[in-house]
Amino acid sequence: MNDVLDVALRLLVVFVVFLTFPLIVGQTEHKVMAHMQGRLGPMYAGGFHGWAQLIADGVKFAQKEDVVPAGADRRVFQLAPAVALLPYLLVLLAIPIGPGEGAVGQVLDAGVFFVLAVMGVGVLGSLMAGWASANKFSLLGGLRTAAQLLAYELPMLLAAASVAMAAGTVSLPGILHAFHWWWVPWQIVGALVFFVAGLAELQRPPFDMPVADSEIIFGAYTEYTGLRFALFLLAEYAGIVVLCGLTTVLFLGGWHGPWGADGLGWVWTLLKTAILAFLVIWLRVTYPRLREDQLQKLSWTLLVPLSLAQIALTGIVKVVIS
Amino acid sequence: MRETLGDSSVTAAHAVAAGYFQSYSVVGLLALVGVLFVAVAFGAGRLLRPVVPTPEKLLTYECGVDPVGEGWAHTQVRYYVYAFLYVIFAVDSIFLFPWATVFAAPGYGATTLVEMFIFLGFLAVGLLYAYKKGVLSWT
Repeated sequence: MNDVLDVALRLLVVFVVFLTFPLIVGQTEHKVMAHMQGRLGPMYAGGFHGWAQLIADGVKFAQKEDVVPAGADRRVFQLAPAVALLPYLLVLLAIPIGPGEGAVGQVLDAGVFFVLAVMGVGVLGSLMAGWASANKFSLLGGLRTAAQLLAYELPMLLAAASVAMAAGTVSLPGILHAFHWWWVPWQIVGALVFFVAGLAELQRPPFDMPVADSEIIFGAYTEYTGLRFALFLLAEYAGIVVLCGLTTVLFLGGWHGPWGADGLGWVWTLLKTAILAFLVIWLRVTYPRLREDQLQKLSWTLLVPLSLAQIALTGIVKVVIS
Repeated sequence: MRETLGDSSVTAAHAVAAGYFQSYSVVGLLALVGVLFVAVAFGAGRLLRPVVPTPEKLLTYECGVDPVGEGWAHTQVRYYVYAFLYVIFAVDSIFLFPWATVFAAPGYGATTLVEMFIFLGFLAVGLLYAYKKGVLSWT
C-alpha cells in the first residue's frame, strides 16, 4: 500500500510541475521581454502586474472553436498536439532535483539515453501537424522542423555522451553523484553545444525558422486554433523547462552548490534551471532569426566538430586521471 | 558451493530485472496519466466550445486570400543529404553510450582511448568528406 501511495505521490508531483513550471516560464517571458523592449506587457489580468494573464489566455483557448480544415487528415491533425506535448511530461520524471531517492520522480538506469530518446519523439508531433494540415505552409514548416531535428540531434547526443564518459554512467543521479566542480570548465564546450542544440530542437528564437511568421505564417501550427494550439504552446514551454533542467543536471552540477548540498540541493537545481530559462528568453529578445541554410551550417560545421573535440578532451582527461 | 553461487546470481538477476520493470512501469503509468490528461482536456474542450462550421472556416488558411492549388507545395528538398548524414552519424554515436560507461574502467585505459580516436577519426573524415563534396552548403 505504501508503495502505491509513494508512486502516486511522485506521479502527482511530476504532473503538477509539468502544468505549473511552463506557465511560470511563460509569465516570466511576458515580463522579461516587456522590460527588455521598454514596454509594459500584460498589466491588467488579475490586478497585480497582470499575473493572471496566462489563466485568462487558457480560458480563452478553451472556449475557442476547434477548426479542422476540410482538406486535413482529421485524426492525425487532432492527435498531433498530444504527441508534441507528452514526451516532455515523461522526461520530467527522470530529472533529479536533489540527492536521494525522494528528489527524483523515478531513477532510471539508462537516464540520459531515455531522456534523449523520448525528447526526440516530440518533434513527431510537429511533423504530424505539418503533414496532416493539407496546407503548403504547414508542410514547409514541418519539413523545416524535421531538418532542424536532423541537424541538432547529433551534437546534442555527442555532448551528452561526453558527460556520460566523464561520469562513467548514464544514470542522471549517478552523473551528479560523480560530479566535481571542475567538471564545469572541463565540459563547458559540451554544455554550450548541448544548450544551443536544445534551443534549436525547441525551435526557439534565434532558431525559429520552422515557425517563421514572416514567411510561412506559423509553420506546422498554422491551421490550429483553441485548445490544440494551446497544447503546442505548452509543449514549447515545457520543453524549455526540460532543456534547462537537463543542462543543469548534465553540465552545471544540479544540486551541487558552494554550500548546503544536503538539505537545500533542490534550491540549487531550481535556481540554475531558472537562470537558464531566463537566458532562453534573453536570447529570444536579442538575436534575429537565422536563415535555414545558416541553421544547417551552424550545426554541421561548428557544433558537431566542437562536440567531437569535447569527446576527445573528455576521453584524454578521464584516462589520465584514472 | 557452486550451487549456492549460482542461486545467488540467479536471485540477483531477478532483482535487477524486477527493478528494471518496476522503474519503467512507473514511466508507463505517467504516460497513462498524460494520455488521460489530454483526453480530459479534449473532452472538456468539446463541451465548452462552440461548433459553428462554415465552408469559409474550413478552407485552408493562406494569409487570408483564397488558397491556391492544393496542400502540396512545389519545393526543392535540399536537406535530404543531411538526412543521410544524420542517420549514419546518429547510429554511430548511439554506440558511444554503452562504451562511455566502461572505457575508463581498470584494465582498459590506453587501448580504449586509441579506439576512441579511431572512432572520432572516422566521423571527422566523414564530415570532412561531406564538406569537401559541398553538401554542407547550399547553392
